[in-house]
Amino acid sequence: MKFGVIVFPGSNCDRDMVNALSDDLKQEVVMLWHKDNDLSMFTTDDCIVLPGGFSYGDYLRCGALARFSPMMEQVINFAGKGGKVLGVCNGFQILCESGLLPGVLLQNDHQRFICKNVFIKSNSKENIISNHIGNKVLKIPVAHNEGRFYANTETIKELTENNQIIFNYCDESGEVHLDSNPNGALNNIAGICNATRNVFGMMPHPERACSNDLHNIDGRGILMALTHRN
Amino acid sequence: MQATLEQALKLGLREEEFEQIKLILGRTPNFTEVAMYSVMWSEHCSYKNSITWLKTLPRDGDKLLVKAGEENAGLVDIGDGWACVFKIESHNHPSAIEPFQGAATGVGGIHRDIFTMGARPVAALNSLRFGSLDNDKTKWLVKGVVKGIGHYGNCFGVPTVAGEVYFEDCYQTNPLVNAMSVGVVRIGATVSATSHTEGSPVFIVGAATGKDGIGGASFASADISGSSAEQLPAVQVGDPFEEKKLLEACLELIPTGALIGMQDMGAAGITCSTSEMSAKGEHGMIIHLDKVPVRQLNIKPWEMLLSESQERMLIVIKQGTEAVVKKIFDKWDIHCVQIGEVTKDKNLKYYMNGELVADIPAESLVLGGGAPIYKRDFKEPSYFSEINKFDIDSVIEPALLKETASNLIKLPNIASKKWIYEQYDSMVMTGNTQTNSPSDASVVRIHGTKKALAVTTDCNSRYVFADPYKGAMIAVCEAARNIICSGGMPVAITNCLNFGNPYNPEVYYQFVNAIKGMGEACRKLDTPVTGGNVSFYNQSEDGPVYPTPTIGMVGVLDSLDDKMTLGFKHSGDLIYLIGEQKNDINCSEYLHHLCGVKYSPAPYFNLEQEYLVQQTVSRLIDERLIKSAHDISEGGLFTCLLESAMVNNLGFHIYTLPTLRKDAQLFGEAQSRIVVTVKPEIHTFFEAELKSVPFLKLGHVRANDEITIDHENWGLVNDWKMVYDTALESLING
Repeated sequence: MKFGVIVFPGSNCDRDMVNALSDDLKQEVVMLWHKDNDLSMFTTDDCIVLPGGFSYGDYLRCGALARFSPMMEQVINFAGKGGKVLGVCNGFQILCESGLLPGVLLQNDHQRFICKNVFIKSNSKENIISNHIGNKVLKIPVAHNEGRFYANTETIKELTENNQIIFNYCDESGEVHLDSNPNGALNNIAGICNATRNVFGMMPHPERACSNDLHNIDGRGILMALTHRN
Repeated sequence: MQATLEQALKLGLREEEFEQIKLILGRTPNFTEVAMYSVMWSEHCSYKNSITWLKTLPRDGDKLLVKAGEENAGLVDIGDGWACVFKIESHNHPSAIEPFQGAATGVGGIHRDIFTMGARPVAALNSLRFGSLDNDKTKWLVKGVVKGIGHYGNCFGVPTVAGEVYFEDCYQTNPLVNAMSVGVVRIGATVSATSHTEGSPVFIVGAATGKDGIGGASFASADISGSSAEQLPAVQVGDPFEEKKLLEACLELIPTGALIGMQDMGAAGITCSTSEMSAKGEHGMIIHLDKVPVRQLNIKPWEMLLSESQERMLIVIKQGTEAVVKKIFDKWDIHCVQIGEVTKDKNLKYYMNGELVADIPAESLVLGGGAPIYKRDFKEPSYFSEINKFDIDSVIEPALLKETASNLIKLPNIASKKWIYEQYDSMVMTGNTQTNSPSDASVVRIHGTKKALAVTTDCNSRYVFADPYKGAMIAVCEAARNIICSGGMPVAITNCLNFGNPYNPEVYYQFVNAIKGMGEACRKLDTPVTGGNVSFYNQSEDGPVYPTPTIGMVGVLDSLDDKMTLGFKHSGDLIYLIGEQKNDINCSEYLHHLCGVKYSPAPYFNLEQEYLVQQTVSRLIDERLIKSAHDISEGGLFTCLLESAMVNNLGFHIYTLPTLRKDAQLFGEAQSRIVVTVKPEIHTFFEAELKSVPFLKLGHVRANDEITIDHENWGLVNDWKMVYDTALESLING
């Protein structure tokens, strides 16, 4: 099993993701350039990661241009075949823009960039990430200006009924309420997966919580979960 | 067409400077040439009014790999084959007019100074000064500057790890925005800003050139006035995405060996980069301005030469490597165009469509070459008499200390800067260790090594105003104290010297004495000055700002395991003050903002004692004898203890001394004091280890979150935290 991390020209969490996966979690990682279009070295046991950053500067809409890159076409095919895909922050925005995940990430309700530790909790069970971390409260940093998850009522209903909401923002004790929501996301949604449970998107950065040097390793479980078969 | 004296004066040159130019060229310059001299000889580029004094600063040391001023930024050996590149720079004037772009391009500019030397930036810091927060314009400036810093840094992908923000009336019209960048590079992998070997191709890479920022350097060298907003074209516009690509492309280019030299285009754009590189390499250049990629039509030659469009670099490469270079910039979709070549003749010849538009000896434009050097007059400021009148007995001790403390921690200079720093990505690059274990300086690990850097920016300008000599020493020492308290060893500084108009003898007195004090402290601590930036003319109709010589200091931790943090760790740990309690409230936040006394001398400070205290704490950390360390700065002992308490929500109990004023003990800002905690079972050994250093046992860390002082209940840590965390936000949004 190996990871592929896509590098868009404005990615800036690509190295962090590679460092977390290879140094902290001892996984095999390959960096992939956005202009390339070959994923033939990956099987559906593998996982493609879209890291955080500002893909193409994000002057239009976050992730709006990245979805047209040659590599994204391959990622869409890969996901269609059942391969695992994780999008973090800007990666999550790209997955929504490219239609691999429902919904959209709007500007934070307070209209400011926010970078801080938040707490998240998984409430679902039917996906590999939730399966492996259980309902433990995790401390994971966020860093975004557009992280307010939004979708129409019908989609939210579908996501809820289908157990596709993998993370909600909560407080330290696991309570989900308005005060523990850093951006105004609907229902405190911090991360979701697709209906076939192989494409995952989340705003918090698990790769920033994988090293003992940083005194927080709550993110390890999330990334390690992806080494398992679906 | 020959330029006139009137044109030269309008561009900011002085009459004798215009005469000097004629002498250099042996003819009357044309307008384009005068425009070039006007920016290169502006204070911003030439340091003409400051260089004499800057040269008195210690600029040597066994760890310095380049001398101050030799390259775009300082280069310091941090061991194991690694070096650190760092520099601080001001963007005050643009930020006063257009806070968002002004601050954003300040961040972009300083990062370029770092990666133009081949280093990857790993940390950004800043130092900000604004007027009073009850003024609506201040709120607009704060919001704009913070958004600008965040916008650029967050997208560029370098964490903003530390900074300082002060609010004082003197900065009302003229805020200060100082940005610092710190990078790391393998020794031997650096690039020089030089140019040589006849025929070497000269390329411009990065963004296209527009009319933005024309004359920015000259703009930065004049007072801010009512008409400054008309200078908007002098403010540049930043594109962090372009700079991110430029960074990656430049760092990819270096290992190919194609480069002879590289310099970023900041102040004075093409003029500055071509002249400085040529002067350094003792060659000249032919430049074809019509080949420069442009973003608008009809840019005149002088505009092209002075444009400060951001995200551009000038590179000089070896002949025959053109294809290698182009391939890399193509990969990143960045302009990469040959605009000229290096000549043996040491003149810079600029052509537009085949016509020679300027012909100037490179050397004559630059600092250390033909740029003028002035000695300015100075005299002791008249306000000193006000300062000397201060008598502590004229201040009545408050009866309700707890209420006073509560008001103190709500002051914007003391309260948490959370509303600001949470808008900065402080964690990208996963190197900043502050998030979950805060310390006085920010400790940033260097990936691939055991090492970490401790970085900080410091300057209490009120102290410098009260006593420029002592105040500047304090700024250096506080920076070092922060690094020591974080387990690091201070290595070197960069400075950002923000002052008023140098032609005012009282302002110049502040400058001269601040430099003297800075030099003395740097010599004592063995932290040489690697470079920096001078920003004069920070004044408006209301007068000059406080003299603000911001210190950016870098320290090294050989192992991240050596890191010391500021939070209390365990109930029962003993709390000690290393240094001395003093009957001193001079220049404190308490005296200035709560008692309303605007003039008082700088607080107690003794350089020898400071050094001893720092050395002692450094040794205690090495010997693993203490559990936390936090220096006493603004807000005094109470604020210091509260900050340590809030980290892990652990209360404390302390006793005050009956012999000294309580306000002085709790809120005074006497220097050279550090609070440490110690396990009770080793306290005898610990006290013996302190040897000749004065110390005081204050009390202990509590098992719960209560605060008690002299057995009086001062409430719960969390309640204080709520006030401390939200005060600034209420002021900004109020």
